[in-house]
Amino acid sequence: MAALLPTASGTPAATEIPVEPPAGMRRRKWIPYALLAPGLLWLAVFFVYPVFQLVMASLWDPSGSVETGYTFAWAFSNYADAWEMFHVQFLRSLGYALITTVVCLLLGYPLAYAIAIKGGRWKNLMLVGVIAPFFTSFLVRTYAWKAILSDSGPVVDFLKWAHLLGPDGRLLATEFAVIAGLVYNFLPFMVLPLYASLDKLDVRLLEAARDLYHGPVRSFFRVTLPLSMPGVIAGTLLTFIPSAGDYVNAQLLGGPNTQMIGSVIQSRFLVVNDYPIASALSVMLMVTILVLVTIYVSTAGTEEVV
Amino acid sequence: MHGFWRWLAEKWVLLLGFVLLAYLFVPIAVVMLLSFNQPASRNTTYVLDLETFQFTWNNWTDMCGAAGICDSLLRSIYVGLSATVIATILGTLISFALVRYRFIGRGSTNTLIFLPMATPEIVMGTSLLTLFIGLQIPMGFLTILIAHVMFCISFVVVTVKARLAGLDPRLQEAAMDLYATPWQAFRLVILPLVLPGIMAAALLAFSLSFDDFIITNFVTGTSDYTTFPMFIWGSNLRGIPPQVNAIATAMFLISFAFVIAGQLRTRRRSARRAATS
Repeated sequence: MAALLPTASGTPAATEIPVEPPAGMRRRKWIPYALLAPGLLWLAVFFVYPVFQLVMASLWDPSGSVETGYTFAWAFSNYADAWEMFHVQFLRSLGYALITTVVCLLLGYPLAYAIAIKGGRWKNLMLVGVIAPFFTSFLVRTYAWKAILSDSGPVVDFLKWAHLLGPDGRLLATEFAVIAGLVYNFLPFMVLPLYASLDKLDVRLLEAARDLYHGPVRSFFRVTLPLSMPGVIAGTLLTFIPSAGDYVNAQLLGGPNTQMIGSVIQSRFLVVNDYPIASALSVMLMVTILVLVTIYVSTAGTEEVV
Repeated sequence: MHGFWRWLAEKWVLLLGFVLLAYLFVPIAVVMLLSFNQPASRNTTYVLDLETFQFTWNNWTDMCGAAGICDSLLRSIYVGLSATVIATILGTLISFALVRYRFIGRGSTNTLIFLPMATPEIVMGTSLLTLFIGLQIPMGFLTILIAHVMFCISFVVVTVKARLAGLDPRLQEAAMDLYATPWQAFRLVILPLVLPGIMAAALLAFSLSFDDFIITNFVTGTSDYTTFPMFIWGSNLRGIPPQVNAIATAMFLISFAFVIAGQLRTRRRSARRAATS
């Protein structure tokens, strides 16, 4: 209590109390490492090492099998073979993921904007609405889309009635269905980071723009959008990465012509047991995404996304 | 009429927001509707056709009627809780180190935390599978738990970090000026302030683990440790029992009630605080 007395009596305390870091924090240099060790160890053993193992598996001799065992052989030909066999699905996945990301941005931005800027007393309730899909299972939601888009479902009925779809036309097993499913499932991942950055926006900046005779469109593109860029970047990454690797939507809503690389990897690993090719595909997907993400983040120019 | 157009000009963004929210609710409404449907066979559980709709309470009164469905639900809850406890502890420790201390290797730690979030789930699933096969670890509860903790840690770190970074570091100094030991300052001052962040992280971890399918599909192998998402996926061939919709609806309503109750509590608390100050 003694240290507080000068303040209480009105004299400035700052000069009398020596400013120094708390004793416990200053000396013990090992503390941060002790805090980090268990978690980082977990990540090292169960994330970094397995990825290394995956890269090794992608170079296994492809003539092996699960029964006879595999030998490591620097078999880079696995990558050529994998590309040869599955480049269509690979490029298709990147294409679908790109379209999904763009559509999510176009839908998610107005939604995040409405919540953050115009939400008012609805703000919290609307935020709950955005995360509400997570309250039911991902698979169940996708099955529900299957029901909505099914051949006897309401959407197909309506499109046939409006002559937008031929009598034999269907939505399931089309690119539209797969992308619609991806958009639906990953939209909240776009909205939440966008909301977080729009919520920090100082509304007075918009008023200032208006005072300086900026119209609503111009002030959006000159003020709001640039200031929300960190949210745009985080949101597009959180949408693009999972949709590129997804296979649930393609499997449930798509057909043979909409197969994505995730389905191929899944069946190569779990059904065909062709580990070298499957690992090569997995590594290709990971490296491609890492490269794209790095280029994207460095051109978009934000240093910290997380 | 004039008033309406003015109102619309002012509110159209908000209205558009509500329309988009309604879109997010469409499949949920369908699941709710289908939970009252008696499909002709299991293969038509996910067919939405009002002409063949057959109202029933059976899916609700006999939720565990499909073989294995409730066991899988309990397994998901058990895995979810275990993974949440471990990941929340490990992740919280990491975020304290990252926010509170300057040390060598901080940058690479941040990268290591970021990487799992920038890696598609399928890559993590396949790499864990190759690890477990290589080490000949039998698949089952343990491998699923290991995987879930692994992908939850990063999300816990990010969530707790955000809360910690917003905390005034002088609070700890003030506590220690008042002769609190570092441990007391942590337990009595810092921890209560960070707790909402830790709770949010735990909720996030639980929902990620509970709903995970892609990674779990790889690390379940041939074991019979079927989680709820794996149960749904596995019933694909024989058709999905309609009880799944009742369970999914119940899950939705329970979580929704929890979140709304939490919102009301914080609102009431801040109202009370405003009244007393």
